[in-house]
Amino acid sequence: MTASLTTAASTTAAATSLQKRQPHWPRKIGRALLILVAVSFLAVFLVLPLSVVFVEAFRQGMHAYLSSIKQPEALSAIRLTLLVAVIAVPLNVVFGVAAAWAMARFEFRGKALLGAFIDLPFSISPVISGLVYVLLFGAQGWFGPWLDAHNVKIIFAVPGLVLATIFITLPFVARELIPLMQAQGSDEEEAARVLGAGGWQMFFRVTLPNIRWALLYGVLLSNARAMGEFGAVSVVSGHIRGLTTTMPLEVEMRYNEYDYVGAFAIASLLALLALLTLAIKTLLEWHYGDEIAAHAPGGH
Amino acid sequence: MTLELSHLSRRFTDFAALDDVSLSIAPGEFLALLGPSGSGKTTLLRILAGLDYPDAGSVHLDGHNFLVAQARERKIGLVFQHYALFRHLTVAENVAFGLRVRKRKLRPSKAAITERVNQLLKRVQLDGYGHRYPTQLSGGQRQRVALARALAVEPDLLLLDEPFGALDAQVRLTLRRWLRELHEDLKLTTIFVTHDQEEALELADRIAVMNRGRIEQVGTPEAIYQQPATPFVCEFIGKVNKLPVTCTDGKLAAGEWVLDSDPWHGRHAHATAYVRPEHLALGVPANQPAWIAHLRHIYLAGSVVHLELYVPAIDQTLEADIAGEDVARLGLQTGVDLRVAPRSAVVFAIDKPGDDATVQDRWMWQAQSTIFA
Amino acid sequence: MRRRILPGFGLSLGYALAYLGLIVLLPLAALAWKASGIGLHGLIRLLSSPRTFAALKLSFVGATFAAVVNAVVGLLVAWVLVRYRFPGRRFLDALVDLPFALPTAVAGIALTALYAPNGWLGQWLVPHGIQIAYAPPGVILAMVFVGFPFVVRTLQPVLESLDRDVEEAAESLGASHLQTFFRVILPMLFPTLLTGFALALARAVGEYGSVIFIAGNIPMRSEIAPLLIVEKLEEFNYAGAAALGMVMLIASFVLLIIISLLQRWSRRWAEQTR
Repeated sequence: MTASLTTAASTTAAATSLQKRQPHWPRKIGRALLILVAVSFLAVFLVLPLSVVFVEAFRQGMHAYLSSIKQPEALSAIRLTLLVAVIAVPLNVVFGVAAAWAMARFEFRGKALLGAFIDLPFSISPVISGLVYVLLFGAQGWFGPWLDAHNVKIIFAVPGLVLATIFITLPFVARELIPLMQAQGSDEEEAARVLGAGGWQMFFRVTLPNIRWALLYGVLLSNARAMGEFGAVSVVSGHIRGLTTTMPLEVEMRYNEYDYVGAFAIASLLALLALLTLAIKTLLEWHYGDEIAAHAPGGH
Repeated sequence: MTLELSHLSRRFTDFAALDDVSLSIAPGEFLALLGPSGSGKTTLLRILAGLDYPDAGSVHLDGHNFLVAQARERKIGLVFQHYALFRHLTVAENVAFGLRVRKRKLRPSKAAITERVNQLLKRVQLDGYGHRYPTQLSGGQRQRVALARALAVEPDLLLLDEPFGALDAQVRLTLRRWLRELHEDLKLTTIFVTHDQEEALELADRIAVMNRGRIEQVGTPEAIYQQPATPFVCEFIGKVNKLPVTCTDGKLAAGEWVLDSDPWHGRHAHATAYVRPEHLALGVPANQPAWIAHLRHIYLAGSVVHLELYVPAIDQTLEADIAGEDVARLGLQTGVDLRVAPRSAVVFAIDKPGDDATVQDRWMWQAQSTIFA
Repeated sequence: MRRRILPGFGLSLGYALAYLGLIVLLPLAALAWKASGIGLHGLIRLLSSPRTFAALKLSFVGATFAAVVNAVVGLLVAWVLVRYRFPGRRFLDALVDLPFALPTAVAGIALTALYAPNGWLGQWLVPHGIQIAYAPPGVILAMVFVGFPFVVRTLQPVLESLDRDVEEAAESLGASHLQTFFRVILPMLFPTLLTGFALALARAVGEYGSVIFIAGNIPMRSEIAPLLIVEKLEEFNYAGAAALGMVMLIASFVLLIIISLLQRWSRRWAEQTR
């Protein structure tokens, strides 16, 4: 008797929950339609361009692909790209940590303005980011004549590429760290101070470990942008083959010379870098989401 | 090790967190800073810890200026309200932190640190938990790790910010007893901040009651409870009945309850009397002044019984607490009328009725007669 | 008396300000100074040149159009990714950031390879009179591509935290699903949608790398303003380049300020109706 009652009750409950859960068929179709539209959009809009890079790169086979990557210009472009990133990213890491420490731990006048200035490079055209350095260091620029007299080359040389890349990637680390450090609060650092830690001890033993994943995340994003930047470096590069062409610039030059396989071969390396970046980024978000936290990925 | 706080003031942009606070703390004392939120008690604690600085005033420790020292030089153990454990370090590493950051000359050997950490973890009943991370602990366990971490540096002064605030009631009670025992063992000067009067009354040797950046009263728990210095202390500590009193012709009166003396000799026309629920006598003989009260409700609360009494003469409902066995002895039941009068009261003279801000004088009144039940 | 409890305020703020001053502010000052060199006359002449005007128009109108497309499509994609569970969802979710991670030059040649008249898709579209590459639609397509992640990524966290109670309340009051969406959900999302729109717009206005390959760069037709700056630089017309750069900067700041005002207004409105 009791058993049958329970069964009856649970059946009714199941029926209600089924009714509740199962949407009516127009809604089901609507949902399927929405998913279909979104998925096909993403496929045509994102997957297809990505595939085209690899297909075009291998159009004339593995051999042509490899030989176009092994050309000395390609190798020097790869070297230069790495060099630029290796200089620009660490500099912006130091800046980002310093700016985040000041902004998240202290109150001072003009803080909002400082935040706006840090964001500035995001809302400036890459071309203008390059242009400003030409105006500063170019032949007709503020410091141009002086540099010329002392035989220092910045524009149409590696320093210009580095400067433009620093400008473009300046906000990434700071933008990642500021909201996180604000959310974490300063209790742990104060505790370290009360326990007798010196300034650097507090920083390396408490602050840095607490922001390490967000820092890595910021580095990852800056690096992707630094290696892939085109507009800003294009303006300051002067396109001297083997000397001032980074990988994206090499892509452009080959493409304009109708060397499509060569262009797509270099492009495929950059696309691999992008995929690697996305993979690591996704892994970081899955595993350390809370410790990266507080960031709106749209703010890049 | 006497800590001397004098004339401390701290203003934030829109309010005074501390307003001319002076306090002297004896060696080995267990002191509670008790007050509602925003009363300045946490600001005071943070100033002692070196995490905030006063705008004016001084703190001296045995005659030395305490404020010139940075937080890290003060030899203070501080337990944060939310513990502020280092989340990336294990329990043992958290406890060892204060020893490991010392200058090489002062730093104990690795073995000595391990030894001390184990000893402290045993002390806070967490031996075997050394390899866990803070996130793997319960609230009460985290609290004890924070305490062990603070004690590891052998502080001269232990500061606790709302030590039990984030814990549930059961754990809170156990930890309270345990902390009291720990203090008796260590004899360490301890100051803790709380908004929970029960906690302060149970734990502390002395309580400083704070309100709006000022200290209203400092004293033993008994003194604070029995002889409150200000209306705020009366109302903040324990339950209390508040009655308007008029002072005329050398008499103090609230309805039918009339006292044949005026301590102020006609200088004040109004006063407020505070009467604790357990100080209300029931069944007062007819030769004594008393209110006729209507018993509205009887609430049984274990060994104590709360009564709700309505007094028509002053149009007020009074609360009385009596022992459970007295209910039957006095034949109490809802709806009966009783003669009710205070056994003792604290009376504050005021300028205008209902205005606590203009308190002038305090009078501790005690009934002479012993006839009360 | 000392006030700062944690150490390093002077060092960190000083370093940040010096770095920012050298890397960002000094160069921008040079831009403003150089731009002012052409004078009011020069500015009028610059802006009244039909080619410059056409390029600015394409950059701003095209970017606005692209941001609108992104707002609509981004809302759809964000909605599907947050609300529905289907195989491959996490993969697609990760892929949304591709336009951000993929270097713009790579995106540019990939899109061109797809939509050029002899390209993968172009060979089917062009015979039907749909020309995308080497024409304004190609410019807009590239702008949609680079701005795409912004709307989705801004909306996602807000959609996730959106109170389901409100929707259920609306439905219990008899609203249809479409009514619930347009009258309850969309107004709540609107300020966030505007943020995403502004970010996508700012990105598209200045975009260079992905656009120049697919645009064909035909003067008066498919030439964007940043390209014109590059051309002026190549002619060593520094003042002209600086002036055009300054015009673009000011125009996009004005646009962003308008959007943020719009946003404040819509947020206030949303709060008032709550």
